[in-house]
Amino acid sequence: MRAYLEARPRPSRLAVWLAPLFAAVATIVVGFVVFSALGRNPFAALHAFFVEPIATRYGVAEWLLKASPLMLIGTGLALAYRANVWNIGAEGQLTLGAIAGGGVALAIGDAWPSFVLLPMMFIAGALAGMAWAAIPAWLRTRFNANEILTSLMLVYVASLLLSWLVHVPWRDPEGFNFPQSKMFDANAMLPILLPETRLNASFLIALAIVALAWLFVRRHVVGFEMRVAGLAPSAADYAGISLRRTVWFAMLAGGACAGLAGVGEAAGPIGQLLPSMSPGYGFAAIIVAFVGRLHPGGIALASLLLSLLYLGGESAQVHLGLPSAVTGLFEGTLLFFLLAADVLVNYRPRIARAAVAT
Amino acid sequence: MPSFSRRRMLATLAASPLALAMPSWAQGKEPLKIGFIYVSPIGDAGWTHQHDIARLAMEKNLAGRVTTKYVENVPEGVDAERVIRELAQSGNKLIFTTSFGYMNPTIKVAQQFPNTFFEHATGYKTARNVGTYNARFYEGRYLAGIVAGKMTKSNVAGYVAAFPIPEVVMGINAFTLGMRSVNPKAETKVVWVSTWFDPGRESEAANTLVAQGADVLTHHTDSTAVVQAAEAKKVYAVAYHSDMSKYGPNAQITAVTHVWDKYYTDRAKAVLDGLWKPDKVWGGIREGMIAMGPFGKTVGNDVRDLMKKAEAGIATGKLHPFQGPVKDNEGKERVATGQSLGDDALSKMDYYVEGVQGKLPAAK
Repeated sequence: MRAYLEARPRPSRLAVWLAPLFAAVATIVVGFVVFSALGRNPFAALHAFFVEPIATRYGVAEWLLKASPLMLIGTGLALAYRANVWNIGAEGQLTLGAIAGGGVALAIGDAWPSFVLLPMMFIAGALAGMAWAAIPAWLRTRFNANEILTSLMLVYVASLLLSWLVHVPWRDPEGFNFPQSKMFDANAMLPILLPETRLNASFLIALAIVALAWLFVRRHVVGFEMRVAGLAPSAADYAGISLRRTVWFAMLAGGACAGLAGVGEAAGPIGQLLPSMSPGYGFAAIIVAFVGRLHPGGIALASLLLSLLYLGGESAQVHLGLPSAVTGLFEGTLLFFLLAADVLVNYRPRIARAAVAT
Repeated sequence: MPSFSRRRMLATLAASPLALAMPSWAQGKEPLKIGFIYVSPIGDAGWTHQHDIARLAMEKNLAGRVTTKYVENVPEGVDAERVIRELAQSGNKLIFTTSFGYMNPTIKVAQQFPNTFFEHATGYKTARNVGTYNARFYEGRYLAGIVAGKMTKSNVAGYVAAFPIPEVVMGINAFTLGMRSVNPKAETKVVWVSTWFDPGRESEAANTLVAQGADVLTHHTDSTAVVQAAEAKKVYAVAYHSDMSKYGPNAQITAVTHVWDKYYTDRAKAVLDGLWKPDKVWGGIREGMIAMGPFGKTVGNDVRDLMKKAEAGIATGKLHPFQGPVKDNEGKERVATGQSLGDDALSKMDYYVEGVQGKLPAAK
């Protein structure tokens, strides 16, 4: 006997919509058990997770702030993943974006007005992210090197490059030899959208990129070609769709988005260059892309969900004294059920007798 | 210096808004809420573990008068500001931010919450309601160096270090000076791992150092990996942050441990009594902020006595680890004979002393 998954020829439309709901209910049930076992009131715990973080105007601003880089990077990655191009190195592309954008900010300072400087920083960041992504793209198209490995390895190269920059040439001379750059001048900082919060213009950029990606996937011939290349590579080849062009486009799009996100972090909530510019947005965005089913709209929702879970984890620690391991477990449970439900929508579990299976 | 002056009293009054507005906790109605933010999980040993021990000690010492909350595993950077703000927003009136990278976020949040007091560990920026505190880790390092210098047979010590910031460099130098004060042939080899916490990389670095001849290891990273690696390779180890003898019962010869218990209790008391003001505290062996862990069973009495004598010397101020003459490892004199290094020069240290092999990665 062996168990296996059989693809459903036509996944039910209803199931596609019900799957996230099912996952949410299953997570809440598990959450109830876990929180009760720890001797906490499960209602209070769920309240701390999902309501407390966004109960205030500031909380909502933080939520959107946290979702922005995930949304931006996830959208870029999804374009690639649809085409079966596996860019795992968005974290490194983000780092290069922050370096380039931050470098422009540090070099020019208050010599240029904000409306010139900020666009320059974003252009520099996007170009740097693309340049970093171009390396695995070139290695793949020229030598057929696996882009999963090369893009991932470049993450570490990027972080060492940033580390060197803040340790040596860009180190704040007044910073007691601590590895960080000086704070950016005020004109290199992104405008704040909601007064007295940290929500800044990078959120609008993220929304714009999501909208653009949506149009691109649906309306543009390259978007169509990339989808075909991902769904049926040999058919794409037969139809004369260039694999080389697909790889290049997929990697560069992901790199540009990650680079923009890097500038958004540097010129937004951080305001200087630090040895690490992101708590792993480039990797979390991979989850966002898949939870959002590689669809721009889904990704926007998934990034909101993931950032809410993250804020909820902090809030559960502050208000209920739950250890961070438990909040991590709860987050993992939700993602597990979401992806499991997704598998069951598209596949049917089957058990076959050994005799039949041969 | 006169013990009392009008100017000083005025300064104290001005720095103490509590003297004017008596908040409810000062009147003894409800316990003072105190928040902590930790850079790593609490775990069984390490930097954050020591802070958490002190938090619990404070809760016990001031039972009924304080309650505490903590948030662990908060990366330095963009998330820290939100967590610190959340702690302030939810009514904590004294907040300890326990990692260097929380400095700018602490200052930012402190501006928004002028009636909350902040204590930032290991930084250099203060404000009206932000004080800083740090320990003279290097004093313990010097003492550990004495033990290591006596125990080494190969005259090579291995040092697994995180980032070349002054605090870490100071430790490497003090350890080396302590070692060479009893064994002029001993040298220190350093491996930088570019992370505060990564047991895999830490033990890899430890094994590399053993392969290069080191027979006593120490670390300026957060996990117990180096002590465990030393135990496995049958070499000696000096543990850092916490006593790690349970991870290296044969390896550990001593440990440099951080003790924040009294400091946290004192600061909470100061807030309760309305006497808190922003200070820059840098305490060491004398203040009890640094304590030496238990000796290993292989450490002989002569070595123990030697170290204890030096410990007493540091406590009374007779002995300074950076007592001249101190040369850097390129031969340049850094501290002249008869002088010792001041706090300002210490906190900017960017060179290796004689006896440390290699070149600082950050050196220009």
